[in-house]
Amino acid sequence: MPVIKVDGLSKVFGKNAKQALKLLEAGKTKEEILKQTGSTVGVNRASFEVEAGEIFVIMGLSGSGKSTLVRLLNRLIDPTEGHVIVDGEDLATMNKKDLLRVRRTKMSMVFQKFALFPFRSILENAEYGLEIQGMAKEERSQKARKSLEMVGLGNYIEQYPAQLSGGMQQRVGLARALANDPEVLLMDEAFSALDPLIRKEMQDELLDLQEKMKKTIIFITHDLDEALRIGDKIALMKDGSIVQVGSPEEILMNPANDYVEKFVEDVDRSKVLTAYNIMKRPETVNIEKHGPRVALERMQKEGISSIYVTDGKRNLKGYVTADDASTALRSDVTSLMAILKTDAPTVTKDTLMNAIFEISHNSPVPIPVVEDGKLLGIIVRGAVISALAGQGEVNLTHA
Amino acid sequence: MLNFMENIEKLPLSSWVSDFTGWISDSFAFLFDPIKNEFGDGLESFADMLAAVPPVIVILIVAVIAFFLSGKRFGLAAFSVVGLLLVWNQGLWEELMLSFSLVLVASLLSVIIGVPIGILMSKSKVAENIITPVLDFMQTMPAFVYLIPAVAFFSIGMVPGIFASLIFATPPTVRFTNLGIRQVSEELVEAADAFGSTGAQKLFKVELPMAKTTIMAGINQTVMLALSMVVIASMIGAPGLGREVLSALQRADVGTGFVAGLGIVILAIIIDRFTQSFSLKKGTNI
Repeated sequence: MPVIKVDGLSKVFGKNAKQALKLLEAGKTKEEILKQTGSTVGVNRASFEVEAGEIFVIMGLSGSGKSTLVRLLNRLIDPTEGHVIVDGEDLATMNKKDLLRVRRTKMSMVFQKFALFPFRSILENAEYGLEIQGMAKEERSQKARKSLEMVGLGNYIEQYPAQLSGGMQQRVGLARALANDPEVLLMDEAFSALDPLIRKEMQDELLDLQEKMKKTIIFITHDLDEALRIGDKIALMKDGSIVQVGSPEEILMNPANDYVEKFVEDVDRSKVLTAYNIMKRPETVNIEKHGPRVALERMQKEGISSIYVTDGKRNLKGYVTADDASTALRSDVTSLMAILKTDAPTVTKDTLMNAIFEISHNSPVPIPVVEDGKLLGIIVRGAVISALAGQGEVNLTHA
Repeated sequence: MLNFMENIEKLPLSSWVSDFTGWISDSFAFLFDPIKNEFGDGLESFADMLAAVPPVIVILIVAVIAFFLSGKRFGLAAFSVVGLLLVWNQGLWEELMLSFSLVLVASLLSVIIGVPIGILMSKSKVAENIITPVLDFMQTMPAFVYLIPAVAFFSIGMVPGIFASLIFATPPTVRFTNLGIRQVSEELVEAADAFGSTGAQKLFKVELPMAKTTIMAGINQTVMLALSMVVIASMIGAPGLGREVLSALQRADVGTGFVAGLGIVILAIIIDRFTQSFSLKKGTNI
């Protein structure tokens, strides 16, 4: 069941909101509506669902309405039309009291420019959300400490925001949001103000934290690399509308329209595609049943010069080459054990293409993709190159 | 065109104002009289109490506060000691204390009234549109003019002096409070909202602390205006250094007038530095 269900959510800024909505439904563009009514369409009938424990990235260029959309989700901006259903409650229509309760217990927000309170210490900042719920000093301080420790700032609680670097300040922002133990975390361009190295570090850390916490995260960004890196699902926005929702691979491989295509054109595929995307089903021989003769036959049939060897449970044992197999045949060796080679470098299904490229360059045989010792597939050198070039077959089903 | 103006009679604006003031004075006498009597008595005993403290003790206290407020430096403390000793030496100590108590009470009242009005303005565009021209009016009308209704309402003495300085000195606090709150960055306000703050929580936990430095600057202005008004208010019988200046003026006694004026300057500088360093000190966290 989805934690958040957004249904036909629109926001029109300006006076003639109703008229603008009608025009929207009639299929007019943002510019036409601005000309006719003087109103600006911020978000145009957005609908999507976010599953529990998912990192849902909303991505678009500046002015695409993504920041407005995230503010509609916790009603920092009141929607003109539509519904935001969180745990079965519609935020768009609920009264003030309920809204405060939802904001206090279910959703927290992390801001682009951190939005820390400069006159409060780090600990007091992290306590803020709990403090306004009226939690006793000791209890909230304990919870805030725990959440600060989680982001690695346990030793800085007495400092003030101005004394910390940008990356550390955003950790405080994250700790403040986590202290409430919300179900949903809204992150509005949370890492955009950080320099690239720190940004990457924070992305990794967020992913690590997410492993432990399993929160539902809605992450806004204008950076496609970031979106592809951390998103389980990505929604692409343009002119207030969501133009495509899908997994990173889907967005990258099957852009819904020209806009998306243009967007993903510049993406470095090697940072997105994994071994899983380009591996193919391997030819193998079973070490328990087969000898050099079978191995050699299969290699000849497939036109390959080496073949991987597994046991009955598909555990990878090694590989044999055609040369070794024919030598073994001539000298009447019947077991593959004697000619087995185990020097092939292995990768996992999540290994990124840029790492595979290095390995495949130095490996004489196709690279085996292994999980828990089991052989999942192999990657031939040609597949690496054609995938990097944006051609060739790519697996899009989720692992 | 010229004939056109001659054909119009002079509007009886002044008599309207007089009638209106008279009406207020009569209708609200039940309110003004107790203020005049009770509050006036309270004020006087407060001023007497201040004047009764031995000057040496007052000077010492001021010096110590000055030392700490100015970040443990001796400049302000030394100036305060020398200045206050000079006033004492000139036999103006009691007048100084009277002026100071007037400024203190007038400023406190200005802040108590001004900050909430400023908050109201910051929260409501309508309130801002209404109050801003009123503030302009209050500040640009010559300060002397306030003395007249003050006398009508509260007769003469300290109370009308304080009334007049309230009108004259409150606007900066209102303006700066409004400005300070409106200047709080939108993201911080959003953060307060996003965590589910109520309006009051947002105000007291985020907006007012953020606006503190600006509001203190406004209060500093208010205190200085109150001081200048306290001097003017001597014309309607407010006691203190101003009265010395006024009587010297009437006797064309340059020397006495200058000395009393110097006392005011010394008081002004000390108060100004005190309120300023207070606001700066609070600002260092930020």
